[in-house]
Amino acid sequence: MCLGIPGEVVEILDDRPDLAKVDVSGVRRAINIGLLENEKLEPGDWVLIHVGFALSKIDEEEAKAALDFLEGIGQAYADELAALAESRIE
Amino acid sequence: MRFVDEFRDAEKAQALAAQIAALCEPGRQYKFMEVCGGHTHTIYKHGLEDYLPESITLVHGPGCPVCVIPMGRVDDAIFIARQPDVIMTSFGDMMRVPGSNGAFFDANAQGADIRMVYSPLDSLKIARQNPDKRVVFMAIGFETTAPSSAMTVLRAKADGIENFSIFCNHVTIIPAIKAILDSPDLRLDGFIGPGHVSTVIGCRPYEFIARDYGKPLVCAGFEPLDLLQSIYMLMRQLAEGRSEVENQYTRVVPWDGNLKALQVIGEVMELRPYFEWRGLGFISHSALRVREGYAAFDAERQFLVPGVRVADPKACQCGEVLKGVLKPWECKVFGTACTPETPIGTCMVSPEGACAAYYNFGRFTRERVKEATRT
Amino acid sequence: MTSQSQQYKELSREEQVLQRIEKARSRKAKLKEERITLSHGSGGKATHTLIEAVFLEAFSNPLLAPLEDGAVLAANGGRLAFTTDSYVVSPLFFPGGDIGDLAVNGTVNDLAVSGSRPLWLSAGFILEEGFPVADLERIVASMAAAAERAGVQVVTGDTKVVQRGKADGCYVNTAGVGVIERPVELGVATARPGDAVIVSGPIGEHGITIMLARGELDIEAEVSSDTAPLNGLVERLLDAAPGVRGLRDATRGGVATICNEVARSAGVAVVVDEQAVPVRPEVRGACELLGIDPLYVACEGRLVAVVDGDQVDAALGALRSHPLGEGAAVIGRVKDDPPGLVLLKTSFGGTRIVDLLVGDPLPRIC
Repeated sequence: MCLGIPGEVVEILDDRPDLAKVDVSGVRRAINIGLLENEKLEPGDWVLIHVGFALSKIDEEEAKAALDFLEGIGQAYADELAALAESRIE
Repeated sequence: MRFVDEFRDAEKAQALAAQIAALCEPGRQYKFMEVCGGHTHTIYKHGLEDYLPESITLVHGPGCPVCVIPMGRVDDAIFIARQPDVIMTSFGDMMRVPGSNGAFFDANAQGADIRMVYSPLDSLKIARQNPDKRVVFMAIGFETTAPSSAMTVLRAKADGIENFSIFCNHVTIIPAIKAILDSPDLRLDGFIGPGHVSTVIGCRPYEFIARDYGKPLVCAGFEPLDLLQSIYMLMRQLAEGRSEVENQYTRVVPWDGNLKALQVIGEVMELRPYFEWRGLGFISHSALRVREGYAAFDAERQFLVPGVRVADPKACQCGEVLKGVLKPWECKVFGTACTPETPIGTCMVSPEGACAAYYNFGRFTRERVKEATRT
Repeated sequence: MTSQSQQYKELSREEQVLQRIEKARSRKAKLKEERITLSHGSGGKATHTLIEAVFLEAFSNPLLAPLEDGAVLAANGGRLAFTTDSYVVSPLFFPGGDIGDLAVNGTVNDLAVSGSRPLWLSAGFILEEGFPVADLERIVASMAAAAERAGVQVVTGDTKVVQRGKADGCYVNTAGVGVIERPVELGVATARPGDAVIVSGPIGEHGITIMLARGELDIEAEVSSDTAPLNGLVERLLDAAPGVRGLRDATRGGVATICNEVARSAGVAVVVDEQAVPVRPEVRGACELLGIDPLYVACEGRLVAVVDGDQVDAALGALRSHPLGEGAAVIGRVKDDPPGLVLLKTSFGGTRIVDLLVGDPLPRIC
C-alpha cells in the first residue's frame, strides 16, 4: 500500500496535460500528474509513482546528497578496515 | 533501476551497520517503532535485521491500512458487492481479508463481481466501459492514497460519470501514532517515521512527538539503506541527547508536504467524528469520509450499508500486534490456527502486516541459518 | 522428563513457537473452503491443499504419489512418461504465442523433464458457442507448428461446444506420452546437500506478458512469452551431466514454488542467491510497479534443474550451448539445515524465507 516506485517522465500527453507517460526499467504506463501541477514536469524528470498517480517529484540533488553521504560512510568504513588489516600486533 | 538499486547496496549497508553499532551504549537496549506497513515489509523482504546489533529491536506499528480495517467494514464492502449490477473494485491486498463470512475471494466464488485494480483510475475506466453497472472502488490507505481517490472522484465529476462511487475507508496517521504514544505498554526510544504519507502531509505534523513526548522521529525512505540510515540518524540523536523530527527521505519528501494533494483531499473529503480501528478501538477524527457535495460518489450514501460493528474473533490478537505490544510470534494463534492460508486476522493477510511479513519472510532463527547462508 | 521435552524447554520462546509452527505445517492440510476460489488454481498452497485433500484422497496410488510433472509408468519391459495439462489462459493470443503454443509446449516440457522423449499428444477442445472459426484455425495452426518444432504428433483428440458465456472462447487440454530411453530416475526428492539449483534462463517473462496483454493495466513493455519446447535442451543436459537429480518445468507459481517443492520433498534447505537469479529489466520493472516478486511469476519455457555439485560446470556448459539455455545460471545451493525451508540471500545482504504463496497475484496465466 505504501508502494511507491521512481519512474522517469518520457512524454506529457498533448490532449491530456494531467497525464504523463513514465518509464520504469523499460516498462511504460500513463499516470496522472495532477497532484504535481505546480512542478511543471518535463520529460527527463523523475517522479514517485503510487497507484497510478505521481505523488512527488524526485529531487535529484537530494538523491545525490543522500548517496554522497552513504558513499562517505562507506569510504570511512573501508578506510577503517584497511587500517585494521594493515596494523597487526604480532 | 535508478533511485532504487543504489539504495540496496550491500557494502554501504555494512558501513552503516558498523556506525550504528559504534553508537550503541554498552548495556543499553534500544526500541524503535517503524510506523508504516511498507517499512515492515522492506525490513523483512531484504533481511535488514541481519545488519542490526542485538541491542536494537524494531517494533512494528499500526501503519498498515489494510490491517486496521475492522471486520464490520469488510462485511459492508461485501454487502455492496452483492447488490444487483455492482462491480466492486479493490487493490489486491484486500482480496483475502476475512470478514465475518469470508473475504472478497469467497464472495466472488459465491457470485459477486469483485475485481482487482492497480489504481482507482482503472476502476473509473471500468465504470466508463460498463455504463449499466454501478462500479464501486474500495478506497483504503492513509494520507498517501487519499489524494488519488479524491482526484479520481474529481475526474469522475468532471467527465459526468454517474455510475462510479468510492467506499471510503481512508485513515489518518497522526491519531494512530498518538494512540501509541499514549499507550502505557510501550517504552519506545524513537520512531522511524512514515515515508510516503509524509510526501502528502510533510514533516511538520510529527513535531509534537519530539516536542511534547521527547521522542526523536526520522522520516524514512523505503529502500533498505534508507531504513538503515534512518536508524543511524535516530541513534545519533539519542547519543547527542537531541529529540527532533528529521527527514532522511529528502529526495522525495518535501518538509511542507504536497499542498495540492492536501487541497484535493479537503475538497472531496472530511474527517469523520470517530472511526473504529482494529486493535486500537474508536479514535476520534482519525478517518475520512466523502463530503455532502460529492454524495453522488459516496458508496455509503448510495448503498445502505448495514454498518454492523463486528468484534474480532476471540483468538485474534491483532490489536496487540498492531500496537507493538506483542511480536507476531507471541500471538497465541500465530502460525498454527492463523496462517496466511487460513488467516484469522488482518495482520496475517495483508502484505504489509507484521504477522504476514514475519511468517512469510522472517520465520527462522538467525543462528541456524548463518551456516546455511554463509558463502 | 524425556530428552526431547528437555531440549524443547531449553529453546528460546521464539524457537519453541517456530518448532510448533513447523509441526503444524507438516500436518496434512485440511480443506476448509466449501467452494472453489481462484487461489485453488494458482499452483501455491491452496492448490496443494486441494490436491491432497480431494484428489490424492480419492486416487491414492504409488504412481501418483511423487506428484512430479509427469507419471512414470512401466509397460512391456520399457518405461513411459505420461502427463496432462489444461490451458485456460486469457487472453488467447499474446506477444510470443497463443494458447495453442502453450498447449503443445507445456505438455512436451512436462514429458521432457520426466526424462522421456516426447512422442504423442492428445488435444481436447472445449469451445464456446460463437467462437470465431478463424481464431480456432489460428490456434490449431500454432499447435501444428509447435508440434513439428518439438518433434511430436497429435494423434487423438476431442471437441466439445458449450453455450455462449462458458469456456471464455476456448479451453484446451493436452495429454502426452513419452518414452524413457535413459536409465534415469528423475525426482527432486533425491536432492541432497551440496547440489546446485540451476535455472535455464531469465524468469517471469510469460506471467508478466499475460498480465500486460490483458490490457487492464495500461502498461506497455517489450516483453513476450518465453513459451518453447525444452526437450532438445533436456537431452543436451542429460547427455552432459548424468548427475541431474530432478528437473522441473517452471510454470505457475514460478521458480519459488519449485524450490519449495524440492526443499519439502527432499527434506533439505534450498538457499537462493537473489543476485544470481536472471531477470530481464522489463520484467523487474513491471514486478516492482505491481508489487510482485518475480520468483513467483510463471514461465513457459524455462526449466529448473537440481544437479550434483560436482557436475555444475558440465550442466551449465550444456545448457548454455543451446539457444534456449543461453541465460542458464546457478541460482542456489542445497544445504541440510533448516530442512524444508527455502532461504534467500537478498542482494542487500540480508536473509529471508521464500515460502509458497497461498494464491497467485496473476490468475489465469496458463
